[in-house]
Amino acid sequence: MTLTITHLYDLVGLILAITAVMTLMDRQHSRRYSSAFFWGLYSLVFLVGDQLPPVWVGTGVVVMALIAAFGGVGVGHHVVRSAAEYTASATRLGNRLFIPALAIPVVTMVGTLSAKVLVVGGTPLLDPKNATLVSLGIGCLVALALACKLTHETPVQGIRESRRLTDALGWALVLPQMLGMLGLVFSDAGVGKAVSHVTTSYVNMDVRFFAVLVYVVGMALFTIIMGNGFAAFPVMTGGVGVPILIGVYHGDPAVMASIGMLSGYCGTLLTPMAANYNIVPAALLDLPDKNAVIRAQVPTALCLLTCNVFLLYFLMFR
Amino acid sequence: MPTDINLWPLLGVAVIIAGFVLRFNPMLVVIVTAIVTAFAAHFPVEKILATIGTGFIKTRNLPLIILLPLAVIGLLERHGLRQHAQRWISGIRSATSGRLLMAYLGARQLTAAVGLTSLGGHPQMVRPLLAPMAEGAAEARFGALPDKVRYKLRALAAATDNVGLFFGEDIFVAFGAVVLMTTFLREAGIEVEPIHVAMWGIPTAVCAFCIHAWRLRRLDAWLAREMAGSAPTSPTTPVATAGKGA
Repeated sequence: MTLTITHLYDLVGLILAITAVMTLMDRQHSRRYSSAFFWGLYSLVFLVGDQLPPVWVGTGVVVMALIAAFGGVGVGHHVVRSAAEYTASATRLGNRLFIPALAIPVVTMVGTLSAKVLVVGGTPLLDPKNATLVSLGIGCLVALALACKLTHETPVQGIRESRRLTDALGWALVLPQMLGMLGLVFSDAGVGKAVSHVTTSYVNMDVRFFAVLVYVVGMALFTIIMGNGFAAFPVMTGGVGVPILIGVYHGDPAVMASIGMLSGYCGTLLTPMAANYNIVPAALLDLPDKNAVIRAQVPTALCLLTCNVFLLYFLMFR
Repeated sequence: MPTDINLWPLLGVAVIIAGFVLRFNPMLVVIVTAIVTAFAAHFPVEKILATIGTGFIKTRNLPLIILLPLAVIGLLERHGLRQHAQRWISGIRSATSGRLLMAYLGARQLTAAVGLTSLGGHPQMVRPLLAPMAEGAAEARFGALPDKVRYKLRALAAATDNVGLFFGEDIFVAFGAVVLMTTFLREAGIEVEPIHVAMWGIPTAVCAFCIHAWRLRRLDAWLAREMAGSAPTSPTTPVATAGKGA
């Protein structure tokens, strides 16, 4: 049997369904019903999402967005330990605490690298298309087993802790997927074509340096809008890169592609649209300012973007 | 120039920028933008909902990396992982927040460049280990940190993971972005070797390391200045502080 990403969807769906039930049973929860409904709907997306008609799923997404937008996703009641208890168990367990934590990346890495070799009777054990994510899933299960053994806790306590962190993240947990969906809507609606039309029709590219500047800054700006360098690359490269930098000025395409994409990544550092990298970590680290990670990245991103303009200009036309 | 291009979907771009600038709830901004954009492209209501639904199902893999590690990380936190990480780092005399983050930046870039992108990440590395260690290193030197300093260290820890990942992974030949670039260029009639695309990522990667490492170096000086001014007046924040010296 091949372990595929579908198994992970089932696992995550199950965790979210239990989270929803725990929320429903939490009598001290201020937004008990709407929160449970939100996590319940989200668990359905993973459990049966691909079997439902897309219109139903779309309606569910709109409902989830409205619940979140009007403050319906609240934080439940969680039993926290005292500072003394934390210190006591930190002293008792010491460096052994690092073992399960580091097991996640190590197992993920080993699984990813050995996925090609793990074949039994012609059937791969790990889905080769999603080797990293499937390995991450296995890594988390291995780490959970290690953590339970080390701390003498049950997996149920693990789910309780998972719910505590899910509550802390709130709707920010769903935002990356919402923005991924928006990217696909943008591309279906032809936003990319419209942007590339506007860029190429109204910007003067007769000066070589100016054309490079438009490509580099355009990649960053378009990534800020789309939240993803992969979405910006075809638009800017098709609109400006190939026809002007290569077609008119005969630049080196390998340099253009590489530095162009990395200019897009500078945009990723600057945008709330890249929720997985910028908004979710702010929530994960309990930062009161949701844009704190972006603020910390602005100087690096802008300096690097300036470097890219000159790198592209000098390396592309060697 | 083709004249049949529908420029109305650009309305969606305006909505999202306005929404984020005016600080409306991001979930509301995103859903309204999706509806406005699809409407501007003349989609009927049913197709708008179906496009949203299909898009949401297609992107189900995005939250996995956050959701899956939560149970383990939560369980270890309950047993003092963050406190231990802080105490462990404060036992290393030469460790400063800046140097720690700089070392992590280098390690993250190098491992990403050989394809080991999963050796870092916010849920499994930054929250339980890197951020507490950055705080622990500063506490060992300056005592209890005010919230402003604590938050800045955390944000920089997250930023360092991002910078290291982004400007390392593109050097790896088998990475998705390199494949995407060569495929796109091939369709445009231009043949390039993936190894060349990956190689030309190196100059930007070196610049990224120099710029961010330089900023991290200045962090230690900033910390010293900040704590010299505030240390005597605000002695403690009662957040779980790790003992000095292991």
